[in-house]
Amino acid sequence: MTELYDRLREAIVDERPVALATVIEGHNAGAKLVVEPDGDIIGTLGHPELDRIVSRDAVGELAAGRTGVRHYGAEGQARETDVSVFIESFSPPPIMLVFGAVDFTAALARAGKLLGFNVIVADARPVFATVKRFPMADRVMVAWPDEVFDHYDGRLGPHDAVCILTHDPKFDVPAVQRAVATDVGYIGVMGSRRTHATRLERLHEVGVDQKGIDRLMAPIGLDIGSRTPEETAVSVCAEIIANRTGHAAPSLRDSEGPIHRPPAEG
Amino acid sequence: MKEILADLDAWRAEGRQVALARVVNVEGSGPRDPGAAMAVSDNGDVIGSVSGGCVEGAVVVEALDILETGERRMVSFGYSDDEAFAVGLTCGGTIHLFIEPLDW
Repeated sequence: MTELYDRLREAIVDERPVALATVIEGHNAGAKLVVEPDGDIIGTLGHPELDRIVSRDAVGELAAGRTGVRHYGAEGQARETDVSVFIESFSPPPIMLVFGAVDFTAALARAGKLLGFNVIVADARPVFATVKRFPMADRVMVAWPDEVFDHYDGRLGPHDAVCILTHDPKFDVPAVQRAVATDVGYIGVMGSRRTHATRLERLHEVGVDQKGIDRLMAPIGLDIGSRTPEETAVSVCAEIIANRTGHAAPSLRDSEGPIHRPPAEG
Repeated sequence: MKEILADLDAWRAEGRQVALARVVNVEGSGPRDPGAAMAVSDNGDVIGSVSGGCVEGAVVVEALDILETGERRMVSFGYSDDEAFAVGLTCGGTIHLFIEPLDW
């Protein structure tokens, strides 16, 4: 009796993408189709042609991460409205790759979890990259940036984030090089304005082009006067949200002057 | 619905009857996007939410009725000053919910 729900639940728990189509108005209200990204379906909306059209649309909605209502004729015809179908996309959680096992990392990993990210912390130094220091992370990797990207780069898309907190060119430069080669939606790099100026020279030297440089949010975070690791984590997460939604927010990258300045009098 | 899966599992293990309410459409300003879900068990326990707390009470009443009758349906809530809606959203938008027994 609960086969559809069980299949849906299993996919969500296993973090596999899946869509659920439900007839909400018209004949057969409540009828359902569970749709997988390859177009495999379980269940029926009551007519094979409607199933075929809705599953095709659901695959597209799932790929785009969209959820909403679409209208069809009783046999799936376009431009008819006999049947309203709610197509709900369930995507695996977005990925946040954090490079550098530093003080700011634990706070950022916690904030990333709060936002629903699958958080991976990576550092090549085994003494620092430990589960004990980052129990909130979904995964802690003792690895150089290349190894991390070899594992994750095919999975990074517009909803994912790369945060490079090492401010050590040995790690930063390869991490930025690999990050700009992906479709990841957010690349933030920590460090002062001076550190970033030096970093830019190195990035030019290794052949990162202007288009890649323009994608970097550096210094990382919004210009909200954050100081502590926790405040910085909030400013980074807020910048990630603003980048994704395209809303205006005062990024440190676009401002000038000291990142940390005393609060205004008054 | 992701957020309430674990609680749903527990209810199902206990053999509870459950009604599921999902936001399917939002017009104007609304607190939660399509896909936001809450569930109501046959003894009136609630998990999840579909607004900022504005209409959840009314959803419980609808959900318990749907558990009783088995009749799944669309339920809409709009601006609270609008006479068409007894219970409403203060933000000015309208949300459309699909409420049904979790019998699938």
